[in-house]
Amino acid sequence: MLRTILAYVGQFKRSALMAPLWTALEVLMGVLIPYVTASLIDKGLMAGNIDAVWKYGAIMVGIAAVSLFFGIMSGRESARSSAGLAMNLRGAMFDKIQTFGFADIDKFSTAGLVTRMTTDVANIQNAFQMLLRISVRAPLNVLAGMFMSLFINLRLSLVFVGAMAFLAIALYFIVSRSMKIFTELMHKYDDLNNVVREGAAGIRVIKSFVREKHEGLRFRAAAEVIYRLNVAAETIISFNQPVMNIVTYASMIVLSWFGAKFIVGGSLTTGQLTSLFTYQMQILSSLMMLSMIFVMLTQSVASGRRIAEVLEHEPCMKEPENPLTEVPSGSIDFEDVSFSYADGGNPALMDIDLHISAGERIGIIGGTGSGKSTLVNLISRLYDAGSGVVKVGGHDVKEYSFDAIRGAVGVVLQNNTLFSGTVLENLRWGDPEATEQQCLEACELAAADFVGELPQGLGTIIDQGGANLSGGQRQRLCIARALLRHPKVLVLDDSTSAVDTATDERIRRTFASRIPETTLLIISQRILSIKDADRIVVMDDGKICGVGTHEQLLAGGGIYKEIYDMQTSGGEADFDNL
Amino acid sequence: MFRDWKWTLLTVAVLIVISTLCTLAMTLFTRTLIDGYILPLSAQDAPDFTPLGVALLKLAAVLLLGTAASFFYNFLMIKVEQGTIKQLRTDTFNHLMSLPLRYFDSHSHGAVMSVFTNDMDTFRQMVGRTLPHLFSAAITLVSTFVSMIVLSIPLTALSLLCAAGAMVVAVTMSKFSRRYFKGRQENMARVNGYIEEMVSGQKVVKVFSHEAQAARGFADINKDLFQSVFKANRVANTVMPINAGIANLGYVLIAIAGAYISLHYGTAALTVGTLVSFLTLHKNFSRPIAQISQEVNNIAMASAGADRVYDLLDEVPETDNGRVKLVKSGADGWFWKDGDKLVPQKGLVSLKDVDFAYVPEKQVLYDITLTAYPGQKIAFVGGTGAGKTTITNLINRFYDISDGEIRIDGFNVFDIEKPSLRGSLGIVLQQTDLFSGTVMDNIRFGRLDASDEECIEAAKLACAHSFIMRLPDGYNTFIEGDGGSLSAGERQLLSIARTAVADPPVLVLDEATSSIDTRTEKLIQKSMDSIMKGRTSFVIAHRLSTVRDADYIVVLEKGHIIEAGKHFELLESHGKYWELYTGGKL
Repeated sequence: MLRTILAYVGQFKRSALMAPLWTALEVLMGVLIPYVTASLIDKGLMAGNIDAVWKYGAIMVGIAAVSLFFGIMSGRESARSSAGLAMNLRGAMFDKIQTFGFADIDKFSTAGLVTRMTTDVANIQNAFQMLLRISVRAPLNVLAGMFMSLFINLRLSLVFVGAMAFLAIALYFIVSRSMKIFTELMHKYDDLNNVVREGAAGIRVIKSFVREKHEGLRFRAAAEVIYRLNVAAETIISFNQPVMNIVTYASMIVLSWFGAKFIVGGSLTTGQLTSLFTYQMQILSSLMMLSMIFVMLTQSVASGRRIAEVLEHEPCMKEPENPLTEVPSGSIDFEDVSFSYADGGNPALMDIDLHISAGERIGIIGGTGSGKSTLVNLISRLYDAGSGVVKVGGHDVKEYSFDAIRGAVGVVLQNNTLFSGTVLENLRWGDPEATEQQCLEACELAAADFVGELPQGLGTIIDQGGANLSGGQRQRLCIARALLRHPKVLVLDDSTSAVDTATDERIRRTFASRIPETTLLIISQRILSIKDADRIVVMDDGKICGVGTHEQLLAGGGIYKEIYDMQTSGGEADFDNL
Repeated sequence: MFRDWKWTLLTVAVLIVISTLCTLAMTLFTRTLIDGYILPLSAQDAPDFTPLGVALLKLAAVLLLGTAASFFYNFLMIKVEQGTIKQLRTDTFNHLMSLPLRYFDSHSHGAVMSVFTNDMDTFRQMVGRTLPHLFSAAITLVSTFVSMIVLSIPLTALSLLCAAGAMVVAVTMSKFSRRYFKGRQENMARVNGYIEEMVSGQKVVKVFSHEAQAARGFADINKDLFQSVFKANRVANTVMPINAGIANLGYVLIAIAGAYISLHYGTAALTVGTLVSFLTLHKNFSRPIAQISQEVNNIAMASAGADRVYDLLDEVPETDNGRVKLVKSGADGWFWKDGDKLVPQKGLVSLKDVDFAYVPEKQVLYDITLTAYPGQKIAFVGGTGAGKTTITNLINRFYDISDGEIRIDGFNVFDIEKPSLRGSLGIVLQQTDLFSGTVMDNIRFGRLDASDEECIEAAKLACAHSFIMRLPDGYNTFIEGDGGSLSAGERQLLSIARTAVADPPVLVLDEATSSIDTRTEKLIQKSMDSIMKGRTSFVIAHRLSTVRDADYIVVLEKGHIIEAGKHFELLESHGKYWELYTGGKL
C-alpha cells in the first residue's frame, strides 16, 4: 500500500528528497546551540571571561541564522512535494476511474469514490507533509540529543535510554489500538456523505413529503456513530500526553538528583547540566512529535488503503492486447448469451440468440425488468457477457479497442446525463471536432431544433443534471449528441419516452431517410415507436419470446398482441406537441 | 456554539491553569536546584543531600497533579470537540434541508458535500486542537511572563522584544496566508464538484469514450488546486522555522546579556541559577508564541472552511408565515385550523391571475386562472416547456408566485403552514429519487407511522408488490439511494407506492408513468384511478385515456392557458385540442 502511494510522488521526488535534507541541516544547527551555551556558561560566565561570552555568543547567532534559512527551505520543499503528491494521486484516481467498467463503479459507489478522491487524499497530503518535516526532524533530534548527552556525560545519559524504552512501549499500545477505530471511522464517513448526497439530490421528494426532519434524524444517527467512534479513538490517543509528561518529569527529577551529586562530586559542570536539561527536553518533545505523527499516520493508513484500493483495482474489463480499431459493419450477433449482474445472482439474460444484419431497424419491447437494457448494454461492451459471445461487425466485441466499439455503437442511455456547460460543449461530447453547423444539423436530425430558440442558442448554459431543460428536450439533445458520433449502430434505450409521438415519428422518419445504413435498435414502451421496424424483438424475463414484423407478431398473439390491444383500446393520443 | 458546554469548558479552564502552574514549578525549580542546592552543597565538605531529596519528592507530587489535570482536560475537550462538531454538522444539515429549492438549483451536490466533509473537517480541527492549544499557550505565556519578571526585569524586556518580533511575523503571515487558504478551499470545492459530476455521469462518459477529455478537464483544475495548496502551505510552513529562528536568536541574546550583567554587576544582580532558569523560561515563553502563530495559521485555514460552512448557514431558509394548520379531527377527517376556526378540508384549489418567473427577466407563466373543485380531476396538456410542471410546483410552494393568488379551500397558500400545505398534496415527481434503506423504509417515507401491512397494501395498489416479492429479500431488500439495482420502471412503482401510503387529499401526478412498460402502466392507471376517486387531482398527462375522462382539461402553450374545458366541449370548439385529437396522430 505504502509503495503504491509513494510511487505517486513522481516529478516531485527531488522536492521530497530535498525537504528532509534541509530539515536535517536545520536540526544539526539547532542541536549545537545548547552545547555552545554550556561553553558560554562554563568558560564565560563561571570563569568570568567576558571575551569568551562575546565569542560564543557570536557563534550562536551565526548558527541560529543558518538554521532559520534551512528551516524555510525545508518548509517550502515539503509543501511542494506534498501538494504534488496529492495532485498526482487525485489525477491517477480520476484516470483510473475512467478505466472502470459499469460494474466497477457499482462496486465502489459514487459517494465512496468521491470521498476517496477528496478527504482521503487530503489526509495523505497532510500526513506526507508531516512525515517530511517531522519524521526527519524528530529522530534526528533524538539521535543528536543523545549523542551530545553521551558526549557530555555517559552515566547520566542512561536516564534517557530508560525513559525512551518506556515511552516506546506505551506508544505502541496507543497507536495499535486507535488504528483499528480509525479504519472503521472512514467507512462511517461514507455513510454520512451518502445521507448528504441523497438529501441534496432528493430534496424535491423530501420537501414534497415534508420529510426534512426525518432526513435530519437519519443524518443525526450517522453523525452519532461518528461521534462515538471519534471519542473512543481520541480518548485512547489522549493517553499520549500524560505518558509523555510522566516520562519527562521523572527523568528531570532523576537528572536533578544525580546531576547535583555529580556537580558536587566534581565530575560535571553547571553549564553541562543546563545543556543536559535542554537536550533532555529536546529528545522527549521530539518523541512526543513522533507519537503525534504515528497518530496522524494511523489516520492516514486507512485513507491510504482506501486510495490504494482504487488505484490497484483491476477494472472488470480490459482492452485486448492488439485490439481491432475498425468496426467493419453494423451487424450484430448474440450467440447463446447469458448475463447476470452479480456473481451467482439471478440471470438478467438467458440464452439469447439473435442475429441482426447491418442497416436493419430493430424494435425491442417487453415489460419492466425483462432485460431489454441489459441486452443492448452488451453491444457496446458496457458490461461483459457472462457466457456466450456478442459480435459486432462479425468480431467478438472483446476484440475491439474501447474507442472503436463505443465509437461505432452509439447508445442513448435510459438515464441520460447532460453535463454543466454549454449546449455546444455537451453536443461536442459526440465529436470534439464538430462545427457549430454540424451540431445544428445533428439537432435537426434529432428534432432538437428548439436549440435555435434558446436565448443563447448553442451557447446556452446547461445547469447541473440539465435542470433547466425539460425531460423531452434533454432526451433529444442526448440523441443529437449520439448522432454526432456517426455510429454504425445506434441504440435508443427508451430515449424518446418524454418526447411526443409526432416528434418521435419525425425522428424515426429522418433516421430512415438520412442515415439508412445505420443499424438501429429502438427500445420503447410504445408499440407506435417500433411497429415500423424491420423486426421486433419481444422480451420477457431475460429471454426472447418472439421475433418478427409487427404483422407477424400480431398474428402470433402472445405478449405482443396483449400490449398492442391495451395500447390501442385506451387511445394513445399525445398532447406534447400543441 | 459552545453554550451547551459552559460548565465543561469552565472545568477545562481550571484544569489547564493547574497543569500550567505545575509545569511552571518545574522550570523555576532549576534555579532552586543550582542556587539553593548545588552551589551551597559544592562548598560543603560533607554535603547532605536529604533536603534535596525531599524537595524533589515534593516536586514529583506537584508534577503528578499537573499530569492528572492535563489528562482530564484533554479527555473533556474530546467530548467538547466531537460534541460540538456533531452538533454543527447536524444543525448545518437541518439548515440545508430547510433551504428553498432555488439553492439546490444553483449549488452542485459536490459543492454541498464538500462543505460537509472538507470544510467541516478543518473546522473540527480548529475546535478540537487549535482552541485548547491557544488557551493553554496563553496561560503559559502569562504565567511564564510573571515568573520572568520575578527573576530579572532587564532580561524580561529582551525576551519581550523577541516575542514582539514573533508576533509581527505571525500576524503578517496569517494575513498573507488567509488569502491563499481561501483560494485553496475554493479550488477544492471546484475539484469536488467536478469529481461528483463526472463520477456520477461516468456511464455516459464511457458510452462516449470521453474518458480522455474528462481526464484532461480534471488535470487542469487539479493543477490549479495544486498551485493554491502549494502556495498556502508554503506560507504556513515558513512560520514555524521563522519563529524557531527568532526564539534561537533570543536565547542567544539572553545568554550573552545575562552573562554580561552577571560579570559586570556581580552575581548579586544575576545568579547563575537565575540565568539558567531564565533561559529555560525564555524557551517556554517563545514556544507558546510559536504555537500561537502556528495556530493562527490553522485558524486561517479553518476560517476559510468555516466561512463556507457559515455561508451555508447564512442562506435564508424557506420562509413560512403560514398560520393555518391541517389537523385531523376524529372520524370526521381533516380540517384546516385557522385560530379557533375549523374548516373542513375538501380539496378546492383555485388559481387566479397567476404569473411566475424563475428569474425576473424570463416569465414562464401568464395569467393562469383555474379552479379545481373537490374531487375533480384536472389534466394539463401542452408541449414541453409550456409550464405544466411549473404550475404544480407553485401550488405546493416549491417556488413562490410573482403575482396573483392561489387558494386551497379558500385559504391563500401563503397563509397555510408549509408542512400542512405540502402534507395535503401528494406528488409523484418525474425524477424518482429513492433513499438508501430497505424497500419498506422507502415506502414508509410517505407516512412515517404507517404499519408494515399498510405499506404492503400501498405497494399492491401501486402494482409494486409483485416485483418487490421477486427481490432477494422482498420488502427487506436494501436498495442504494441511486436505485442502481432497480429499473426505472421499478423505481417509479416504488415512488407511487410511497405516495399511495401517504394518502393525501390532493394528488399531483407529473408524467409519472412515462417509462413504465405498458402492461404495468395499465395496472397503475387503474390503481391511480381508484386513489384519485374523491380527491382533487392534477395530472400532467400524455395518454388520451387519462385526459378523456378528466373533469377539466387545461391546454397550455408557452405559459398561457389557450383552451380549457371538458373533452367534448374542447372537441366542439374545434381549437388546438380538436386539431390534435383529429389530426390522426394515432
